[in-house]
Amino acid sequence: MSSYFLDLFSAAGINILLALSVYCPMATGQLSIGNAGFMAIGAYVSAILTVHLHLPLLPALVAGGCIAGIVGLLVGFPALRIKGIFLAMVTLAFGEIVRNFFMNFLTSLTGGAYGFRGIGNVPVSLVWIWGAVAFFLVFFFFLARSRLGLCMIATHDDDTVGELMGINVVYLKVGSFGLGAFIAGVAGGLYAHYYLYIEPEFFNVWQSIHMVLYVIMGGMLTFWGGVLGAAVFTLLPEFLRFLQDWRGAFFGAIIIGLMIARPSGLLTREILRLDFWLPGRRGRLL
Amino acid sequence: MTDKSILTLDSVYKTFGGIEALRDLSLSIYPGQVYGLIGPNGAGKTTVFNLITGVYPCTQGQIKMGNRDLTRLKPHQIVRLGLARTFQTIRLFANLTTWEHVWVAQNRSTRSGQRGIFPFRRAQERILRGEAEEILTLLGLWEVRSHKASTLPYGTQRKVEIARALAIQPKIMLLDEPAAGLNPQETEDLLKTLNKIYALGKTILIIEHDMRVIMGLCQHIFVLNFGQKIAEGTPDQIRRNEQVIEAYLGKEG
Repeated sequence: MSSYFLDLFSAAGINILLALSVYCPMATGQLSIGNAGFMAIGAYVSAILTVHLHLPLLPALVAGGCIAGIVGLLVGFPALRIKGIFLAMVTLAFGEIVRNFFMNFLTSLTGGAYGFRGIGNVPVSLVWIWGAVAFFLVFFFFLARSRLGLCMIATHDDDTVGELMGINVVYLKVGSFGLGAFIAGVAGGLYAHYYLYIEPEFFNVWQSIHMVLYVIMGGMLTFWGGVLGAAVFTLLPEFLRFLQDWRGAFFGAIIIGLMIARPSGLLTREILRLDFWLPGRRGRLL
Repeated sequence: MTDKSILTLDSVYKTFGGIEALRDLSLSIYPGQVYGLIGPNGAGKTTVFNLITGVYPCTQGQIKMGNRDLTRLKPHQIVRLGLARTFQTIRLFANLTTWEHVWVAQNRSTRSGQRGIFPFRRAQERILRGEAEEILTLLGLWEVRSHKASTLPYGTQRKVEIARALAIQPKIMLLDEPAAGLNPQETEDLLKTLNKIYALGKTILIIEHDMRVIMGLCQHIFVLNFGQKIAEGTPDQIRRNEQVIEAYLGKEG
């Protein structure tokens, strides 16, 4: 495979992980625009571990994910009291705090604003990235079929009633926020060891918004939505290169058109059900 | 039947800011009966439900289920003791099918259910699936089990709410105006459904304005007005109670 396609598929894999990291809290009704912060934590922690402590890749990735996940749990508790657009603002601010932290602190280890160089000890290959994607896909596949998965959707729809049906909403919301942070941390670690260079500026608000867009475009009530969204919106701009200067504008137009045609995203839970495709039920696609 | 009450409110007070919503309310509910909770709008009926289910804390007083004090428990803990409710305005989960509503509510006792994601406890799952099927059949919802519940007709949505509450396998069911917004035929249907549930041995507490439902179903009625209990007794006693007629039934002549 040429290195162009290698890079493209690696980016797609990492973006799928990031989409899953946003999907996870969103499935319980929590919008996070700060996941680039968790990604940064995972990236920096794992890179410090492999570069300065010479740890092997796997424990470094897991440690990066875990630290991000723990921070996620800590953010998740106050987030319980905040909903909707306000929660989005809080997470956005959190992401900025993390970015500024890595800009100004630990600079002797990470290079601060100059960027973290020399992450070459244990590079990540395409196989590692897609291995992680496969791992989390299996996890979410089982989660979606479980009662726990349904409880998440119920909490997303109406958390008060969910609690009155016996769901431990606190546990579910904080847990899914933390799990999302963990996945973002792992994705950050993979990113750092694939591109071998990170700088705080990369983990800015735009990065977080991209992740949210994947999920909203792909469909936010099934994890396949985020997966599809990330895949399409990573690969599509490449196929639009022939448009040259119009590429960005055309891409934006596609997003607007998609939101008009399918406001709840490309994939919904109904579409994924087999009986949707049986005769008599078709034609409800739009 | 003095000591065996399964739900007791012991001089409960609730104030919102300066407004006293409930004042010195005491109720006792005994197993296997149907109770009515009636009163004019704003009398505090739904507040009673919200206090029992732990949505709000009591300002003063105690609520007990058997010997368990509910006052400091969270809603999901109270539910797991065997207490289920429906809502005055239908509150279904917008993205779930009928069958999934039942499935979500079955999470209560399970170790498998809410916690694990891998189907390790197949035996238990089979039992729960059987239960779900029974509930859906009992309420006549089997045909619409894979429809999105929020797209069903109003009367059917009410039944989904009741099915969801039944799935908790509660000892006590709190129904908040189950007949509100139903046409006469649907109300008839609801009465049949409630009789079936009563036949299962559930204790039921109903808030309702439809007197056919209250008088036809309840063995014992509590009457609230301005946050205070003004009367309780059998339907006959309530019908003749002058205070009640004045406060409530009097409006209808």
